Amino acid sequence: MELTTFWFILIAVLWIGYLVLEGFDFGVGMLMAVLAQDDKERRVLLNTIGPVWDANEVWLLVAGGATFAAFPEWYATMFSGFYIPLLLILVALIVRIIGIEFRSKRPEASWRRNCDLAIVFGSVVPAILWGVALANIVRGVPIDADAEYVGGFFDLLNPYGLLGGLVTLTLFLAHGTFFVALKTVGDIRERAISLGLRVGLVAGALLTVFVLWTAGRDGSVAVWGLAAVTLASFAAGMLNAVGRRDGWAFAGTAVTIGLLVVVLFAALFPDVMVSSLDPVWSLTTTNASSTAYTLKIMSWVAVAFTPIILLYQGWSYWVFRRRIGVQHIPG
Amino acid sequence: MDVLELSRWQFGITTVYHFFFVPLTIGLSVLVAVMQTKWHRSGDERWLRLTKFFGKLFLINFAMGIATGIVQEFQFGMNWSDYSRFVGDIFGAPLAIEGLLAFFLESTFLGLWIFGWDRLKPGLHLACIWIAAAGTVFSAYFILAANSFMQNPVGYTLNAERGRAELTDFGAVLTNKVLMATFPHQIFGCFMVAGAFVAGVALWHIMRHPDRDADAFRPAFRLGAMVLLVAGLGTMVSGDFQGKVMTEVQPMKMAAAEALYEDAKPAPFSILTVGTLDGSKEVYKLEVPKLLSFLGTGSFDGEVRGIDSLQAEYQKTYGPGDYRPNIPVTYWTFRLMITTGGLAMLAALVMLWSTRGGRTPTSRWLLRSAVVLPLLPMVANSFGWIFTEMGRQPWVVFGLMPTSAGVSPGTTMTEIVLSLGTFTALYGVLAVIEVKLLLRYVQAGLPQLEAPADPDDADAPLAFAY
Repeated sequence: MELTTFWFILIAVLWIGYLVLEGFDFGVGMLMAVLAQDDKERRVLLNTIGPVWDANEVWLLVAGGATFAAFPEWYATMFSGFYIPLLLILVALIVRIIGIEFRSKRPEASWRRNCDLAIVFGSVVPAILWGVALANIVRGVPIDADAEYVGGFFDLLNPYGLLGGLVTLTLFLAHGTFFVALKTVGDIRERAISLGLRVGLVAGALLTVFVLWTAGRDGSVAVWGLAAVTLASFAAGMLNAVGRRDGWAFAGTAVTIGLLVVVLFAALFPDVMVSSLDPVWSLTTTNASSTAYTLKIMSWVAVAFTPIILLYQGWSYWVFRRRIGVQHIPG
Repeated sequence: MDVLELSRWQFGITTVYHFFFVPLTIGLSVLVAVMQTKWHRSGDERWLRLTKFFGKLFLINFAMGIATGIVQEFQFGMNWSDYSRFVGDIFGAPLAIEGLLAFFLESTFLGLWIFGWDRLKPGLHLACIWIAAAGTVFSAYFILAANSFMQNPVGYTLNAERGRAELTDFGAVLTNKVLMATFPHQIFGCFMVAGAFVAGVALWHIMRHPDRDADAFRPAFRLGAMVLLVAGLGTMVSGDFQGKVMTEVQPMKMAAAEALYEDAKPAPFSILTVGTLDGSKEVYKLEVPKLLSFLGTGSFDGEVRGIDSLQAEYQKTYGPGDYRPNIPVTYWTFRLMITTGGLAMLAALVMLWSTRGGRTPTSRWLLRSAVVLPLLPMVANSFGWIFTEMGRQPWVVFGLMPTSAGVSPGTTMTEIVLSLGTFTALYGVLAVIEVKLLLRYVQAGLPQLEAPADPDDADAPLAFAY
């Protein structure tokens, strides 16, 4: 396999890791507004992701860094082109971090309300915008001969892009509810499952339209096949949720999010950013890539360290495997 | 003000702000690990209470560091896309490796440490904070490798066809002589900040509440003050080494640090100048003869190049243009770095002396100094970086790419004004929140220890919860 293809796959893997992991963090963040009924319950929600949310977010930093290292042209065009959405995402992530980390550091109800607001805002905004951004990369955006994005913010808010945003928003919310169902005990767990089923229906409908639209635009058998598997895994997750198998329901949404990224990257390949002005100006895995030497070094580093990272990050989930409920929240 | 200038302001503001939190994170993670190790070895509960106390302050600081850190990685692409295209083949690799090797370690093992008090065996729990601390040091190494390439490009070749610099020797990038000098200088700088923080907080408690846990704060104060002094000596030695490297690879920066306009052999070290801000016309000057020659070359009679002759030489090499950095900024930040760092060491000596043999000092000045102490090495770090980065101008990559060529060509005035305004306002609000929170938890003092929960009780409350 070409090294550029290997790195295209690796960046897809990093996005899968990021969206599957921070996807449920965003879902849990949104649930602060809709599922929890009092301060104790909000703290239960927060503590389900407490020990792991930061490492989940590192997947984004590594995805960004790896894109910079392996495909500098892609990194430069995407980050300068999607200026306003990325600014919004940055602000959202910043206030969300502060909300999560500082919420319980002060007792005042008004302080905690503000932190909740920050967490909900900071979860909703990136949950929508990552979907909008990924959909637009595949759909194509105005990129000129110098690989410069020449559109504006509102060019990204086309029907396909907006649908992508709604898909990630609802999918992450469903993913978050199944995570909460898996990680909590008591009343909140019951409510999480029933809410997850309702949200899941909406997410499933939107997801179906989106992946079929994506497959239809692409037209290849591979993408049609992947689209079918994505929908099947989502349906399997939902059936498990109905059958109260929390772990399998969560695995269902996790695999669905992962496969959604696979569908999008499969439709994208061998481009990395499609130009809607002229296909000749699209960025590809070859014209946007670093040198073979850089890719080789980075490959060795990735191959050596990724298994170790997966191992210790997985271990941290094992350490905090116990379900929590309101009785576990200290006074 | 154009997009270029505003982009530079944004980079400066967000980076200096981010870097208020970074040195304390690096240094304090190690000091907290030391405190927990002392408890682990001796069973002395004072060290456990200190671990929890400083651990909490560490986390309040760490949260701000990560919140402001994501901006750093994104804005290379957002505001400096042509820079990213030009150096991505080289600059991206250490950035990606920093994430892969350092950020994952830090975030995962800090999560384990924060929430794992009742979930992990004590030895394993202790190992978590040490691993996280190691992660912070790896992070410093790789990001400094990236920065050192900008100061002194090595291990690359220029590809004219693709208009970019390409990596030819990654080993050279990781052993850049600027990196070899900057890394120890920066790590010592981090320990100065953490030592001053621990010493200042502990002394404040000893003086303000002599009857409350002074027996615990005394050893903490000594630990902090000693770390500050040793690290201070370390910054001096490594800074001297760094000065020699700088004289060799970036002579203009050294000359700008001294506002030395003409070649001098031997060259004096300027302590201060009264006159024009850029030191070109002086009313009064205080200088140490021959010292700059020694700092720059290792010999008291060595020649140090001046700004004017370097400007003439660079015009010959790189074409017409102004190759002088902003002299008032470089001249004064260099002095302020040394002054604030030196003052911190002096204060630590006075404080150690006035607490000798278990004395409790009562001087109001000393109490005020304890409050100011943590800020001194912190701003010394800021001054040092402002000097290093401003001293490299007008280049973004020395000798290869002017800063003006690195800015994103597509960024509009509206976008940069919006983002600069947003970050400035947001960071301002966060500063107020952060300082209030730190003061609240500093004043709260050492926490009381709670009896560990019954391991068989499934409903026992969590040892730590958000």
